[in-house]
Amino acid sequence: MLDPAYLHYPHRRHGYDHDLYDWSALHQRPPLTWPKGSVAVWICVSLEYFPILPTDKPFRAPGHMQTAYPDFRHYTARDYGNRIGAWRFLEALSTAGATASFATNAAVAERLPDLLAAVQTGGHEVIAHSTDMNGTIDATLGQDAERALITETRDRLADCGVQPDGWLSIARSQSFHTADLLVEAGYRYACDWVNDELPYRFRNGLINLPLNHELSDRQIITVQQQSADSWAQSLEDAFDWLAAEAAATNCARMLPIHITPYIMGLPYRIAAFERLLARLAARSECWFAPGGAIVDAFVAQEAE
Amino acid sequence: MIENASDPGLYDPAPARRRFTWPGGKTVAVWVAPNLEYYEIDPPPHPRRKAWTRPHPDVVGYGHRDHSNRVSHWRMADVMTRHGFPGSVSLSVALCQHHPEVVADANARGWEFFSHGIYNTRYAYDMAEEQERAIIEDSIATVREATGQTIRGWLAPALTHTPRTLDLIAEYGLDYTCDLYHDDQVQPVHTRSGRLVSIPYSLEVNDHYGFFVYNMSGRDYAETLIRQFERLAQEPGSVMCIPLHAYLIGQPHRIGPFEQALKHIAGDGRAWIATAGEIVDAWKAGQ
Repeated sequence: MLDPAYLHYPHRRHGYDHDLYDWSALHQRPPLTWPKGSVAVWICVSLEYFPILPTDKPFRAPGHMQTAYPDFRHYTARDYGNRIGAWRFLEALSTAGATASFATNAAVAERLPDLLAAVQTGGHEVIAHSTDMNGTIDATLGQDAERALITETRDRLADCGVQPDGWLSIARSQSFHTADLLVEAGYRYACDWVNDELPYRFRNGLINLPLNHELSDRQIITVQQQSADSWAQSLEDAFDWLAAEAAATNCARMLPIHITPYIMGLPYRIAAFERLLARLAARSECWFAPGGAIVDAFVAQEAE
Repeated sequence: MIENASDPGLYDPAPARRRFTWPGGKTVAVWVAPNLEYYEIDPPPHPRRKAWTRPHPDVVGYGHRDHSNRVSHWRMADVMTRHGFPGSVSLSVALCQHHPEVVADANARGWEFFSHGIYNTRYAYDMAEEQERAIIEDSIATVREATGQTIRGWLAPALTHTPRTLDLIAEYGLDYTCDLYHDDQVQPVHTRSGRLVSIPYSLEVNDHYGFFVYNMSGRDYAETLIRQFERLAQEPGSVMCIPLHAYLIGQPHRIGPFEQALKHIAGDGRAWIATAGEIVDAWKAGQ
């Protein structure tokens, strides 16, 4: 016999069982258009600094240290991404004429000023990605500690000369308070909820720009153990579908491409990314855009 | 079932395989089973199973599943409709309250509904008989009110059962269970009363298995469906199910290859494309 309360459903009602955002079906919304093309290709690069001392509070980030201390293997292999892989990404983006978002730990901005400068001079957008890879959030963190983490991130990035209006949580993990704390800290949009394919608003005004986790290099290559070519093929298949859907419905679509320097920036994988960019760049439907530009377009049409 | 016996006595151990054809002389009955689900963001704990791996809210887990009800249900359903595949819906019946718009869309397409429990975050393990009766009665009443249909089948919520589940659903007059994976044909199930059969639900080609157990790409999964079909089409009297979740198969990188697999099956000529209830009825008529 289960506790009788287990068969009570206090939130069984029209709409969601929470108050964070309202239900809406994508195909029924007023059509969106982009400044160029019909499929916004939003490349989002995670710039991550993994301290060799993981704190595990509230949880250990994906990609963090794995062996007993000192884990030289993972500390250095992750840092390879910031030292080498990220620069390969910048070159590839430049060749394709693409601008992107760089979700940046404050610690990366502090430790690698040349990289930060190259991101900015390349016309890319910096969005906040916590302090470092110990800066994880979930419901066990506590509201005060979470507020402190979000404002510390904002302030440390500001000290490096960047004032992002977007936020990506580590592992897209939030508490029930995160959306309110992000608005309180002055953020305009976040990228954590993967329940949609276009920007939409939370009830508190925060915009969610969905960063599809299933299309990330981490999911397809590291978790599902597919090849870089299989990852690129999946992205092309997604683009083809979205372009056709945009044409059929007269409503713009978005393809998020979430990549990680220590994964897709390796020498034997980078060519697959470069080929993908070249193929997308050749498509008339493609609009390479940082998250902020996509949000701008959404907001402008929301006001109409 | 027989409790505490090594063989739970669900069916005769020796396969009673017959070779026969389906209506129109087709060799394989093909049905598509979209799971239309609602997962709660903050469900109560169950003593035997956690609903989410992360502390609530599990943003990725919840958001991923919510994608079905905002975006991908219609994408998946349009592809099915385009190639002539009706759905036999495995329904979290509380979806009738939360997102009746999704249920109404499936109903308007002529799809059949069976119960997948109240929520996919409420598990049946350890339920007392009256509790299990309550979720069966709730399922029957909720689906009838929302769709006008009387459910004929059951896929246990998150595949959680009690020793009484099959006896109870048979007693309430349900015709089929999707919870037994011992055969490629419809098979009789031993129950205290009623006349329950198992219909193959082909868990091994469920899109969740394809993408999260076997880690396939969308193209690999589509090829898997075609191979499954090609073999079963050579074995007259068999059933192929394609169990789906819109938040998986309806992702933009997977839906294109999936459409090619449906096109292959629909164009082959050996498939009887039907609902679960139609397959059970045809099987019974041939007994």
